Amino acid sequence: MSAITGNLGLATKQPEHKSDNYLTHGKGIKSWLFSLDHKRIGLMYMIGVLTAFFIGGVFAMLLRTKLLTPGLMYTHNEADEWNFYNHCFTLHGAFMVFMFIIPAIPAVLGNFVLPMMLGAKDVAFPRLNLGSLWCWIIGSIFFGWVLLGGILHAAFGPFANYWANALIPAGLDTGWTFYTPYSTAKAANGTVEALLGIFILGFSSILTGVNFIATIHMLRPKGMTWFRMPLFLWSLYATSIIQILATPVLAITGLLLLAERTLGVGIFDPALGGDPVMYQHFFWFYSHPAVYIMILPAMGVISEVITAHTRKHVFGYNFIAYSSIAIAMLSFLVWGHHLFVSGQSPLANAIFSILTFAIAVPSAIKVFNWVSTMWRGDIRFTTPMICALSFIILFTFGGLTGLFLGALSNDVHVTGTYFIVAHFHYVMVGSALFAFLAGLYHWWPKMFGKMTNKTVGNIAAILLLIGFNLTFFVQFIAGAKGLPRRYASYPPEFHKYMVTSTIGAYVMAVALFMMAGNLLAALINGKKAPANPWGANTLEWHTASPPPHDNFPVEPVAGDPYDMGSWVWDEATEQWVLDEDHARTVAGTEPTVHQH
Amino acid sequence: MLKILGSIYMPPEASTVAPGVDWLFNFILGITAFFCLLIFAGMVVFCIKYRHRPGHQGGESPGHSTGLELTWTIIPLIIVLVVFFYGFRGFLDMSVVPPNSYEIIVQSKMWNWAFQYPNGTVTPELHVPKGVPIRLVLTSDDVIHSFYVPAFRTQKMSVPGRYNRAWFQATQVGEFPIYCAQYCGTSHSKMLSKVVVEEPTNFDRWLEEASNPEKQTGFTPQKAGEDIYKSRGCIQCHSIDGSHGTGPTWKDMFGSKVALSDGSTIVADENYVHDSVLYPTKQIVQGYQAVMPSYLGGLKDKQIDWVIAYMKTISEPYKKSMGSSGAVPTSAPMHKDEPARSAGSNLK
Amino acid sequence: MSELVNKQQAAVALAGDTFSPARDHHHHPPHLAHHFDTLEQQFASGKLGMWVFLATELLMFGGLFCAYSVYRHNHPEIFEFGHQYLDKTLGAINTIVLITSSLTMAWGVREAQLGHNKRLALCLILTLLGGAGFMCIKTVEYHAKWEHRVFAGRWDQYDPRYKGPQVPHEPPTNEPEAQAEQQIKNNKMLPQTTMEPQNMPTLPQGANPGYGAALATPQAATAPSEAAATTQAGPMLQAGDAYADPNAGTADAAKIHPMQGVPAGLATRVHAEGKWEVKFDDLPKTEQDHVLTFFNLYFLMTGLHGIHVLVGMGLICWILIRSMKHEFGPTYFAPVDLVGLYWHLVDLIWIFLFPLLYLIH
Repeated sequence: MSAITGNLGLATKQPEHKSDNYLTHGKGIKSWLFSLDHKRIGLMYMIGVLTAFFIGGVFAMLLRTKLLTPGLMYTHNEADEWNFYNHCFTLHGAFMVFMFIIPAIPAVLGNFVLPMMLGAKDVAFPRLNLGSLWCWIIGSIFFGWVLLGGILHAAFGPFANYWANALIPAGLDTGWTFYTPYSTAKAANGTVEALLGIFILGFSSILTGVNFIATIHMLRPKGMTWFRMPLFLWSLYATSIIQILATPVLAITGLLLLAERTLGVGIFDPALGGDPVMYQHFFWFYSHPAVYIMILPAMGVISEVITAHTRKHVFGYNFIAYSSIAIAMLSFLVWGHHLFVSGQSPLANAIFSILTFAIAVPSAIKVFNWVSTMWRGDIRFTTPMICALSFIILFTFGGLTGLFLGALSNDVHVTGTYFIVAHFHYVMVGSALFAFLAGLYHWWPKMFGKMTNKTVGNIAAILLLIGFNLTFFVQFIAGAKGLPRRYASYPPEFHKYMVTSTIGAYVMAVALFMMAGNLLAALINGKKAPANPWGANTLEWHTASPPPHDNFPVEPVAGDPYDMGSWVWDEATEQWVLDEDHARTVAGTEPTVHQH
Repeated sequence: MLKILGSIYMPPEASTVAPGVDWLFNFILGITAFFCLLIFAGMVVFCIKYRHRPGHQGGESPGHSTGLELTWTIIPLIIVLVVFFYGFRGFLDMSVVPPNSYEIIVQSKMWNWAFQYPNGTVTPELHVPKGVPIRLVLTSDDVIHSFYVPAFRTQKMSVPGRYNRAWFQATQVGEFPIYCAQYCGTSHSKMLSKVVVEEPTNFDRWLEEASNPEKQTGFTPQKAGEDIYKSRGCIQCHSIDGSHGTGPTWKDMFGSKVALSDGSTIVADENYVHDSVLYPTKQIVQGYQAVMPSYLGGLKDKQIDWVIAYMKTISEPYKKSMGSSGAVPTSAPMHKDEPARSAGSNLK
Repeated sequence: MSELVNKQQAAVALAGDTFSPARDHHHHPPHLAHHFDTLEQQFASGKLGMWVFLATELLMFGGLFCAYSVYRHNHPEIFEFGHQYLDKTLGAINTIVLITSSLTMAWGVREAQLGHNKRLALCLILTLLGGAGFMCIKTVEYHAKWEHRVFAGRWDQYDPRYKGPQVPHEPPTNEPEAQAEQQIKNNKMLPQTTMEPQNMPTLPQGANPGYGAALATPQAATAPSEAAATTQAGPMLQAGDAYADPNAGTADAAKIHPMQGVPAGLATRVHAEGKWEVKFDDLPKTEQDHVLTFFNLYFLMTGLHGIHVLVGMGLICWILIRSMKHEFGPTYFAPVDLVGLYWHLVDLIWIFLFPLLYLIH
């Protein structure tokens, strides 16, 4: 069977043997939980991270509701109220960062799409991939334990039994940053379990990174040179570099904290001879690059979505690819900008400040290139596209407000305030979440073979955009006026901002439920999706939807991933059809080379 | 114009560095607005002009344009370098403490501030003279806090185990809030205080009074003791409502019998309290740990007397033993006559 | 990265000439996973993955090395003081043991490539022995610390003057065990029970009894005192507090110090014999507070390395069993090669640890 006829067959009509796709390939819960198939692992990751997102979201709602009033909302006593709030924002941050936004795009979309974009059958190390999923599950169980323990403690008070107290953690109130000496000397005792959880979750991230790097290096098909890779792969490659180089530092930091908390080994706590500022250096050496673990793959998704839905070749491929790598490299050199007011030397502050500004440039390049990609395009306002446009708006805003924080004298004023909260939510939630949603809607037809409802999706996306800005834009003002973050209570002059913000949060919740409902509805009664509903040319669209177990019955031809001319709209079947001659010309290789 | 606009999103400018910070803020705001408009306008125009519709076909356009891309690499680079320069210059102004500045030690602990003036006076609120550069030396007793006065655009972490420095010079008389901007546990959001900026002459008068509470109007030892209880960290561990904290509660303690960890029992009298404050580990109440820091050199005997006077007001056993429920001696120079204790040696 | 790839390709070229590319699914080699085209590709992927993972490991230790450099830069004296407690001879022996085991591991990889499964098994057993030997010597060293009452964290009861008393009776010996035994014989200063953790929970966090007490009572510690035999809880609690406020305990110094029978000026005599080049008393007052940090770092770094050695030994056991089943040959030796790489990394990290911790100055 030749490659071309195979492709054509897949693209034009659903093949007969389609009944066996990866979703139906094996039956039973074990065939999922212990599957080595990257697609199934991706889907299980998706269930996991969406659960974490839901829990984190519940905490977000709880704390935003608390902030409707500066006084008491849930309890009758101030200490309980403040503690409840502190636990809420800590668990919100920890669930969202470690369990949702870091694995969201690489582990869900990356796992699902990356091997198919390479025309490969799987990632390089499928067992390692499964190991990564299980690390995620076990790490999350630790957090679930912390959460459950916190609830039990709140409900039944401190336990008389020594072991009950030791085994049931009293929640987590350190903030997701775990700053010492608070986390090691003072905080609620869920810190130990949470740190173990983070350690294990870190390995989930590392294993994914190792896998992606090896896969991209070794499993690229013939004809796909580095600069013919889809940009999503470039961004995943850059992300993986950060994951493997930064995460181990978080792991060792977590271990040191654990040793300090449980054994009293003094590395960070000054009462034990340690240095608490060194903790901040260690922590941000991971956690600043981690911000780019969240945003780089998001940028990759946006590059794919915008080209596919404007039906245009991406503008300035090389600049976008290089800027991903530049961001990955620079991301390791800017952690100190979290420490401008910690007593760091002015020289170090200046160096970190200038590097921080430097990293703004590659991000700006990407934005300009995306907008230019739309020029002379054929823009379709599908749900992924609306999400991608929202991404550009929010990322532009999130990125530019970074200038306020990078500028030393301004940072002194706004660091530790709601300005920071607003800034990183624009980047991490606004941008990364919208990209994740764009990716989900973009690849949903590929994952499940069902189309989502465009109208509902678009309304939800726009509602989410409005809700988001309502929630977080006012926080810029509150922060600039000097309201510190993580405040359970606040001076009355900030009441109006807090109320607006909470209303916005409710709007976001409604929009997100619409989004999720629309995706689920597609599974039940969505229109059957063709192999290539968007006419995109990256390789995952060259196979059936949903793909068979081995992804490609025949190896696809790797050409220019953004050559939209390869696919022609066929009015009769109302589908995108591969123009094989065009594809072959672009690929520059004869199809026989790829024959098995 | 900018000032009026700024008042919407900035706190009052009450220090010498504030106008510079605000200027830079507005400058970056301008850049932000410009680029946002540019990008959003581009998006809107493209979205309308090139939207998919019957008869519309995407046109050919170059896949890249090195010149254009270099342009939008280099121009942002120049802009951010300019912003960096102004930010750094402003930061240097904030970092370099002018000579002959007035030094105040900021002690932070969960969850209150204490400000120590050169003459040793400690107050829970910060009073500063207008127009005088103030140098702050920040320390922390427990966890990391951050001293933040939005009106001064001043913020610095107070880190346990090291001394951080900050300075400001107030330009307006008035009261401005002080926040803790680094999360520090349960009552982080209540770790508030205020800075009171006064004319230098008023400040001197205030300091004179503050350093000598007895001269203040309405002075009673009980009230002075309560002030010390609240401002010097007792409140963190010792409750006055009977609840258990890190240390035993003060409610009904004075005059009662206290069981010690070595099995003995002692009556909590003046000597006991005095020794517990200065040598806290000598006698440990059963069920508690020896974690209290010594106030040797931190509190003068006179101040401990006031604390004792305050403890008496919240102790039923003591009031009963005195035979009257409310009447408490107004002054408590209890151990002035005791030869064993040379009160003077502990006084500065 | 490309250099890395080239190396792997070279490695594949070296090893891979003997097997033929097996694209044909009907003659699928038993060890070829379905998603790879050829064994070369699979092997090169595995090797790349391993290198990337080793980079991760290096970064993880890098965190500790970084903490080490920061503390050493900030407190050079405590490193010069603390390292005197480490036995250079044992450290050097361990280095040789580990390097030898690396050699047998590399040899084993070669045997695996040649398909000599029996010889491979022998090499692996030798490597295992090396690893076990390393851990044994490490245990001896840890034991010596234990005898010195140097532990990490809140169980530490390190007292800088504790080492002294054996000197008047016997010349100092290089063997830590002998030293330690000597100390136990000569000292009944700290009752043995105080070493047991169950007494510890009464301590405030961060209190290091003997250590704190000594800090609080520098003058008193060298003077014999009958009062020292007071209560047990006394010294510990006082010491804990003394740590929180070094001035607080001074008044009761004689009461709280746990030493008795230590001749004054002992440390000077030890110094004169050239064993202790840096004395505790010579350290600046502020640095004395930080002495424990050296041991904390020592235990963390060697401990984490020890865990890696154990993991490596586990992996070697796994390939040992497989080699006994004759699974490896010229076409398939990737697991041996990858475990070998890991073992070399463990070795490499020790080669950094040894001079950093043992050979200061």
